[in-house]
Amino acid sequence: MPALQLQAAAPPHVIAGFTVPRVMFQVLLALIPFAVVHVWLFGPALLLQLGVAAVTALGCEALALRLRGRPVPQFLRDGSVLVTAALLAASVPPLLPWWLTAFGTAVAVLLGKHAYGGLGQNPFNPAMVGYAVLLVSFPVEMTRWPVPGPEWDALTGATALDALRTGLAQSYTMQEVLAEPAFGLVGAAGGEWLNLAALVGGSYLLLRRVIRWQIPLAMLAGLALPAAVMHAIDPGAYAGALLHLASGATMLGAFFIATDPVSAATSDRGRLYFGAGIGVLTWIIRSWGGYPDGVAFAVLLMNLAVPLLDRYTVPRIHGHRGR
Amino acid sequence: MSSRSALPARLRLDARKTAPLQHPLRTAPAPQIAVLALDQGSGEAAESTVVVGTRVGIGTPIARAVSNAATDLHSPVAGFVVEIATRSTVAGMGHCILIENDATDARDPDLVPVDWRALDGIALLDRLGGAGIAGLGGAAFPAAGKLALARSSAVEHLILNGAECEPWICCDDALMRERAADVVLGGQVMLAACGATRCTIAIEDDKPEAVAAIAAAIAAAQDDRIELVELPAIYPLGEERQLIEAVIGREVPHDALPPAIGIVCQNVGTAAAVARFVGTGEPVVSRIVTVTGSGVACPGNLEVRIGTPISELVAACGGYQDDPARLIVGGAMTGRSLSSDLVPTTKGVNCIVAATLADVTIRDPEMPCIRCGDCASACPARLLPQQLHRAAQADERDALARLGLADCIECGCCDYVCPSQIPLTARFHAARLRMQLHDAQQRRAAEARERFERHERRLAEQAEAERLAFEAARRRARGAGST
Repeated sequence: MPALQLQAAAPPHVIAGFTVPRVMFQVLLALIPFAVVHVWLFGPALLLQLGVAAVTALGCEALALRLRGRPVPQFLRDGSVLVTAALLAASVPPLLPWWLTAFGTAVAVLLGKHAYGGLGQNPFNPAMVGYAVLLVSFPVEMTRWPVPGPEWDALTGATALDALRTGLAQSYTMQEVLAEPAFGLVGAAGGEWLNLAALVGGSYLLLRRVIRWQIPLAMLAGLALPAAVMHAIDPGAYAGALLHLASGATMLGAFFIATDPVSAATSDRGRLYFGAGIGVLTWIIRSWGGYPDGVAFAVLLMNLAVPLLDRYTVPRIHGHRGR
Repeated sequence: MSSRSALPARLRLDARKTAPLQHPLRTAPAPQIAVLALDQGSGEAAESTVVVGTRVGIGTPIARAVSNAATDLHSPVAGFVVEIATRSTVAGMGHCILIENDATDARDPDLVPVDWRALDGIALLDRLGGAGIAGLGGAAFPAAGKLALARSSAVEHLILNGAECEPWICCDDALMRERAADVVLGGQVMLAACGATRCTIAIEDDKPEAVAAIAAAIAAAQDDRIELVELPAIYPLGEERQLIEAVIGREVPHDALPPAIGIVCQNVGTAAAVARFVGTGEPVVSRIVTVTGSGVACPGNLEVRIGTPISELVAACGGYQDDPARLIVGGAMTGRSLSSDLVPTTKGVNCIVAATLADVTIRDPEMPCIRCGDCASACPARLLPQQLHRAAQADERDALARLGLADCIECGCCDYVCPSQIPLTARFHAARLRMQLHDAQQRRAAEARERFERHERRLAEQAEAERLAFEAARRRARGAGST
């Protein structure tokens, strides 16, 4: 009998092993329905954007890790930078020049993430930092979407939310606006299918418990409730809840962007407020703001509120009285 | 029988209890030399009442509790005390009484059954106090002391803990299956001792055989004060405060003990030990231990004499196989790893796991916290482990206190779910030790300052007294000179 070779180890001796790379892989997996619909609507442009964003993101991540003196292979493997790249690529117009995608990704990874200390430290959602910088710097390129359809030509047109804004601003009636080709059955033409695909992927993440329900549900409610109320009060000036839910980046934002744990509130209650805030702000920006879609800015604004939310939503500890 | 639901969804862990439960309870051979640690697991040692050469029988008292957290100790074998020395124990080095077994198994003639129905509560508590009955769930806190506090607090409700929620541990399951009547009788005796009027036996619903056996025993006892409650198999429901909340729906205040809300908790194994004591007069000289893990040939539950080296328990289960990598005392979530199997069984040892590498999780390199909040969702004490961890890393004592480090039960749930594989529980344990050390240093510093100030005051008073005496003497001298 050989002598026992015993390891010393602190408990617990068994852990779930649902690691960061596996979390990130699940998120990428859940984006597949979105990507398929995107390719079906707009052609393979998304795949090129994904490629550009992924290569740029990995390069920037490796560079930043090296400069910061961190173990490059271990952190490259965590997959978080690929999720950032994928979300940015999924958000930008498919025909955006490749160098803009690369620029936005570099901003996301270098300024949005590593300038704050890398994985787990960034106060803002990196993909949305990249997106916002692109949108503010290159508004024309960033709002030029191809017309969805089986023939992917270079025809570009207004998106539904864009058409809604400009149409209402030019005092067309809601009926006239909604008759434009940018609109589909319930939401944006094509956009409604993208939203449905993101909803499907998001439901998968919920089922696998990669994300929890608080943020998506609160965000969708925060968007739909004011929309429904104002639509009921003044249907000529305000679009209905369904249109908001099925247009723009609503579902992608609710399930994939707002749920980024690093930049979200941490307690369950805080996440309800966080999600609801994003929903309401999205609706406000869409209805009254200067940009057709407001998800990115709403997310960034609520990122700012996270320290406050975390401070005031500390749960009552077991055996303690309420605070 | 009733069952409660609407409990928060916490961890449902792979129980890993089937292998040892395939066989009925076995009796481990008595050791050649029994090694009785004076600290049986509660953290406080009893005081030896024997000397080398003392002849003892099974059940002869050999050490006496001199503090609230220790229990009396009795010889588990018949023979002679051969040595009183420091030996390595489950909790590090500790004083032990070594008794050589003469293989006669002669019982101490003073052991007689206790006519508990004829005794009043106080007298019964006194008898139980002398029986060395420690909490056999693992904490090894004296049962009689807990019952006495319950009595003085006019507690109404006794809960017998048969939840046994932690993976690998199944000694209570085996006990309830085979000795359910003892558990129920023990409950009745404890009710008489502490003055409570109701007894709930709480068992997790993944133990249908134990539930059936206890239900039958309650029916046979025809005692309507005793009820059975099935709880969902959720970790860590067997932890005392979690269990109380699950059974009665109320939380024990963080700064109080369960009697503050009319509850006293005991383990089912402790109840069975009480029953054995009143039935035969035999104090705690043995307990049931689960021996399991892929590293042991024939896992099982063994009735083990206290003081049997763990190596002999493994040998009684067919010995090691497949290169065990860790030897764990306790379960998968809170068990501590041993550096050697040459340590004796104590009253607090409920489970021995010879774990191979396949049994345990080898952690990946730690990643930064991604603030996912899974730890907070999993925490049964509703702490925010992620914020606690930040405070622990920065050693911010105020933040640690505010975030409830003292309320951490070190159950390991946050570790279990952490995607960054941060060893949170170990960090919290270390932070708690640092806090204790700091508090002790503060206390010592305060005491030293007080001592110094007393000393200064005394010197000043002495100087003042001398000055007064001197002046008085001078006045007297002047007075004497003038007359």
